[in-house]
Amino acid sequence: MKNLVDLEKFINSELTSKINNSFIKHDNVYINIDHDELVDVISFLKINKETKFRQLIEITAVDYPENENRFKMVYLLLSHEYNQRIIIDYSIKEKEVISSITSIFPAANWMEREVFDMYGLNFKNHPDLRRILTDYGFEGHPLRKDFPLTGHNEVRYSEEQKKVIYEPVKLEQNYRNFDYESPWEGTKYIKEIKKS
Amino acid sequence: MAKEKKTLNLNFGPQHPAAHGVLRLILQLDGEVVEKADPHIGLLHRGTEKLIENKTYIQAVPYFDRLDYVAPMNQEHAFALAIEKILKIEVPSRAKYIRVIFCEIGRILSHILNVTTQAMDVGALTPTLWGFEEREKLMGFYERVSGSRLHANYFRAGGVHKDLPGGLDSDISEFCEKFPKIIDDLETLLTDNRIFKQRNVDIGIVSKQDALDYSFSGVMLRGSGVAWDLRRSQPYDCYDDLEFKIPVGKNGDCYDRYLCRIEEMRESVKIIKQCLTNIPKGPIKTEDGKISPPPKKELKQSMEALIHHFKLFTEGYRVEKDEIYTAVEAPKGEFGVYLISDGSSKPYKCKIRAPGFTHLQAMDYLIKGHMLADVPAVLGSMDIVFGEVDR
Repeated sequence: MKNLVDLEKFINSELTSKINNSFIKHDNVYINIDHDELVDVISFLKINKETKFRQLIEITAVDYPENENRFKMVYLLLSHEYNQRIIIDYSIKEKEVISSITSIFPAANWMEREVFDMYGLNFKNHPDLRRILTDYGFEGHPLRKDFPLTGHNEVRYSEEQKKVIYEPVKLEQNYRNFDYESPWEGTKYIKEIKKS
Repeated sequence: MAKEKKTLNLNFGPQHPAAHGVLRLILQLDGEVVEKADPHIGLLHRGTEKLIENKTYIQAVPYFDRLDYVAPMNQEHAFALAIEKILKIEVPSRAKYIRVIFCEIGRILSHILNVTTQAMDVGALTPTLWGFEEREKLMGFYERVSGSRLHANYFRAGGVHKDLPGGLDSDISEFCEKFPKIIDDLETLLTDNRIFKQRNVDIGIVSKQDALDYSFSGVMLRGSGVAWDLRRSQPYDCYDDLEFKIPVGKNGDCYDRYLCRIEEMRESVKIIKQCLTNIPKGPIKTEDGKISPPPKKELKQSMEALIHHFKLFTEGYRVEKDEIYTAVEAPKGEFGVYLISDGSSKPYKCKIRAPGFTHLQAMDYLIKGHMLADVPAVLGSMDIVFGEVDR
C-alpha cells in the first residue's frame, strides 16, 4: 500500500472480523486484535502482496498488574517494500497460552523465549522454550512489575565451600525511592505563558 | 557393518578470545564439522530494561551507553528520538548536525573494532594494532565533547548536553583528511590477502530470504544484497540533507560483510565532512525550560532557573501517555526503542531492540555444516557485542 491511510483501510477491509481497533500514530499503524487471530493476522500480513510485512522486528509484552487481562503482547513488523511499520497488540490473562509464530518467522524463537523468561508467559508449538537471559536455575520473572528491582538472590564466592554460592539479598542501605510527585506539571504552563 | 556415529560436544566460551565477550556456545561436532550450535547468552545480563523503568528519563540515558559499548551515542540517539517524538520537541538544527557527526564517529569506532578483530580471529594481528590507534583518536573526540571516552551520556531529548568545545571541529576535519589513508592501509593488509580470503569468502552465506526471515538488519542484511538503510529509508535528524552511498553486498558471505563495513567507513567520513561544512550556528538544545536545564550562569541569579534545575534533576520531566517505536541505523543494524510512557517522569516500559540479539540467534543456521575453525570467522562477521545482546 502506498500510504498508511490506505494500509489501515486495506487491513480493516480484508480482516474485518479479526481487527478490534486500529489507528495511525507516529508514522506507524497500530492494530488491536483478538488473541485467537494472531497466527492468521501475522501470516496474512507477511504473505499478502499489498502489505508484505516480511520482517519481524520485535516481540514483547507489557505488564499491567491491575488489569484483568494482565499482559499486553506486542508484535512489531516492518515492510521493506512499502517502507511501513505496523504494531500489533492484544491482551491476555496470566495463565493463557500464546500461539508461537516461529513457523512464520524463525526469528521469533529467541524473542518468544525472552518473553517467557522475563514475563513467564507460555507459548504453544514453540520448538525450544527455555529461559534465555537469566541465570541457570533462576526463579521468578524479572520484568513483571511485582518483581523487586534488587532481585531475590545475590552471589558471592564462599571461601569455606570454595565455590560461588547464592544467598538471599542483604542490602546494607535501603534502596532510595523518593516520591517527587508535586503540582509541578510538565511543559504545559510555560507554553501558555509564551502564547499570551 | 555400519559404524556407530559419534558426536562430540564442545563448550566454546564463555571465556574465549574469539567469543567477543561472554558467549557460551555449545557445539555438537562430527569430527571437525559442526552439526549444531546452541548459544547460551545472558552472562552479561544486567536488567537494563528493568532499571530504566525505575529511573527518570534523564537518568535512563547512561544505560544506553552500556549496551553496545563500542558505539554508545548511536543508542542514546534512539532513546532521545523516542522522547522527542512523544513530546513533539523541536530540535535545533545545530544539535541535529552534532548528533549526526557523533553517530558517524560511533559507526567508524564500531566498524574499526569489528573489521580488525575479525581479522585477528582468522590470524592477522597487525590490523588490530593499526586500527586501535585510530579508535583512540576518535574516543578522544568523545572525551572532549562529553567528558568520557566510552560512556558518553551526551545526547538529550531536545538536543545534546553541551556545544562542541573550541577547536574540536577542525581536529575532526583533520582526522577526516587522514583517515581514508588508514582505511587504504587496512585494505592492503586484508582485502586481497590470500589467507583472509580463504577464511572468509563463501563462509557463512546468508540468502536474501533468510536474511529477512531471521530479522537481520544493518550490514548483515546489506551484505546479502538487500538495499535497506534506515538513514536513507526513514531518515531522522539531518540525514535527509546529506549525500552518501549505501554499500550493498552480493554473495552474503563473511567477506562481503567485511567489504560493506570498509565502504561504510568511507561513507561515514564523507558524512562527517559534509556536516562540518554545513553545520549552522545556534542553540544546541531546545529552549523549553521544562525539558532542558537552565545554563549555569543563570543558576546563580534567577530563582526560576534554580527551581527548574532542582525539579529537572529530582523529579525529571514528565512524558504524556503514549506508545512509540523508534529505530536508528546503529553500526550493527536496526537499534530500536519501544517506549510506553504513562504521564509520569519514568518510562512505564522500555523495550530495547538490539540488532545483535537477532543476529546471534541465527548462529545455528549459519554454522551448520561448516568446520569448527569457521566458528570464529562467522561470529566475527556478525559483529556481536554482548552489552546489547544480553542487555
